[in-house]
Amino acid sequence: MTVNYNKNEMIPAPVVDPDSKAFWDAVQNQELVFQKCGDCGRLRHPPRPVCPKCRSLNIEWEPSSGKGTIYSKTIYRKSPHPGMKAPFTVVLVELDEGLKLISNMVDIKNDDIKIGMQVEVVFDNLTDDLNLPKFRKVD
Amino acid sequence: MKSIKNKVAIVGIGLSGFSKDCKKTELRMACEAIKDALDDAGLTPRDIDGMIKQTDDSADEHAITSAMGMPNLTFYGETRWAGAPCGMVMQAATGVAAGACHTAVIYRAVNGGSGLRSTPSMRSSGQLSTADLLHWAFHSPFGLMTEQGAVAMLAERYMYEYDIKKDQFGPITVTCRQNGAKNPNSAYFKKPITMKDYKESKMVTDPLRALDCYEKFDAAAAFIVTTPERAKYLNHPPVMILGAAQGSVPETENMCGYYRDDVTGLPEMAVMGKRLFKMAGVKPKDIKFAQLDDAYTPLVPMQLEALGFCKKGKGVNFCGDGKKIKAGGRLPVNTAGGSLGEGHIHGMNHVIEAVHQIRGTATLQVKNAKIGLVATGAGGPAGGLILGR
Ligand SMILES: [Zn+2]
Repeated sequence: MTVNYNKNEMIPAPVVDPDSKAFWDAVQNQELVFQKCGDCGRLRHPPRPVCPKCRSLNIEWEPSSGKGTIYSKTIYRKSPHPGMKAPFTVVLVELDEGLKLISNMVDIKNDDIKIGMQVEVVFDNLTDDLNLPKFRKVD
Repeated sequence: MKSIKNKVAIVGIGLSGFSKDCKKTELRMACEAIKDALDDAGLTPRDIDGMIKQTDDSADEHAITSAMGMPNLTFYGETRWAGAPCGMVMQAATGVAAGACHTAVIYRAVNGGSGLRSTPSMRSSGQLSTADLLHWAFHSPFGLMTEQGAVAMLAERYMYEYDIKKDQFGPITVTCRQNGAKNPNSAYFKKPITMKDYKESKMVTDPLRALDCYEKFDAAAAFIVTTPERAKYLNHPPVMILGAAQGSVPETENMCGYYRDDVTGLPEMAVMGKRLFKMAGVKPKDIKFAQLDDAYTPLVPMQLEALGFCKKGKGVNFCGDGKKIKAGGRLPVNTAGGSLGEGHIHGMNHVIEAVHQIRGTATLQVKNAKIGLVATGAGGPAGGLILGR
């Protein structure tokens, strides 16, 4: 794990609203899904109520390939939250379907994470009711 | 297109010092800055009929009218985030130009050094705004909880795309600190730094070092705008608003904007700049000085690109070793020090220094400073002004 959690402290769980609920429900079932316009088919993330291309309010949820590359990253040298131990790396993953997702990596040293690295999604089971989508290097 | 060009003047400015613990309420700080701005202009609270505040400020407009004794306020509003200083001036100026008010005050007062202030904040209602919600849903669960981290990810990609080497952002913070070291109001007065200090500065969120990032302070600032006709009877020659604009585009967020094809392009700054230059009827080469958002060093070259001072990817070359952006250079930047070299009050001091330059009362006075630019809100909702005589 590149993020060591301090399990005695609260872990920063996502704040969920009706626009994003389906995304997080899927994550709890170990699935990564993205919003898809029910009319023109455009994929989008983060979840929003309207398609910016055709203004449709019809929403579908499409399973992600879960595969992508590291687009950017930063190493936190000091933790911004008592639930997470520094140093840890935050990554911005560009998925093969063209969407970007903020996440963390697992099973890799901070210094070994590079832009362009190929990755795939895994689910980090933090508590009984909290999974987070994380990424692992693909060889 | 009708515009507000040459219809509104900045006639008063007030700026506190920069303290780590001023032991004053934000309301008191705001009142002091407003009082200073009124005195600077030669006006009284009775003269004020318009007011624009920053959404996050705890000192709201009604508390100000009560505390200051302003019986004639008939126009007020607000805007949010780092682009706000220029955006608030623009909104006040719009009110003046349209005749909704004749004399308006703009203010910010933040206990950033002593109080608990983090981004994003909750609105006074206790409800998360949709922009805040995006942060708490998709950023913070992964530890991306600070501006330093958010901007670091933009900077890392920027370095990757344009082959920018380690420490190449250093001359920006060194230049700001050298400017601020000559400014008696600066938190860093007589405290310049060198590239050696920069290289020894600790990493905060790679690739950002502590010296790439602003420090938090308790500070406040205020400006007064009015009509050119009224300005004639006041204390200072008017500083005319030649152009003013804000900028927000799809995927604009506070200090990031990751969900777009090119995360290093500051498109909200570009859309703001396009309108700004068109309104003022000038080009980047006409600008004699620029007060740019330097909350984080990488945002300075990105702004120079987005505003058309240089080509995409050439901002770091433009800044170079600091020669072009120093006082006396091709484009003197942040001549009072800015956020990195004077102190951080969210870009308000950038507007104040631009007014000083146009008036000819700056500590590091640029020769022939008859037209200058202010940009606030790089990496998020943007605001800009072009000021002149
Ligand atoms: Zn659509």
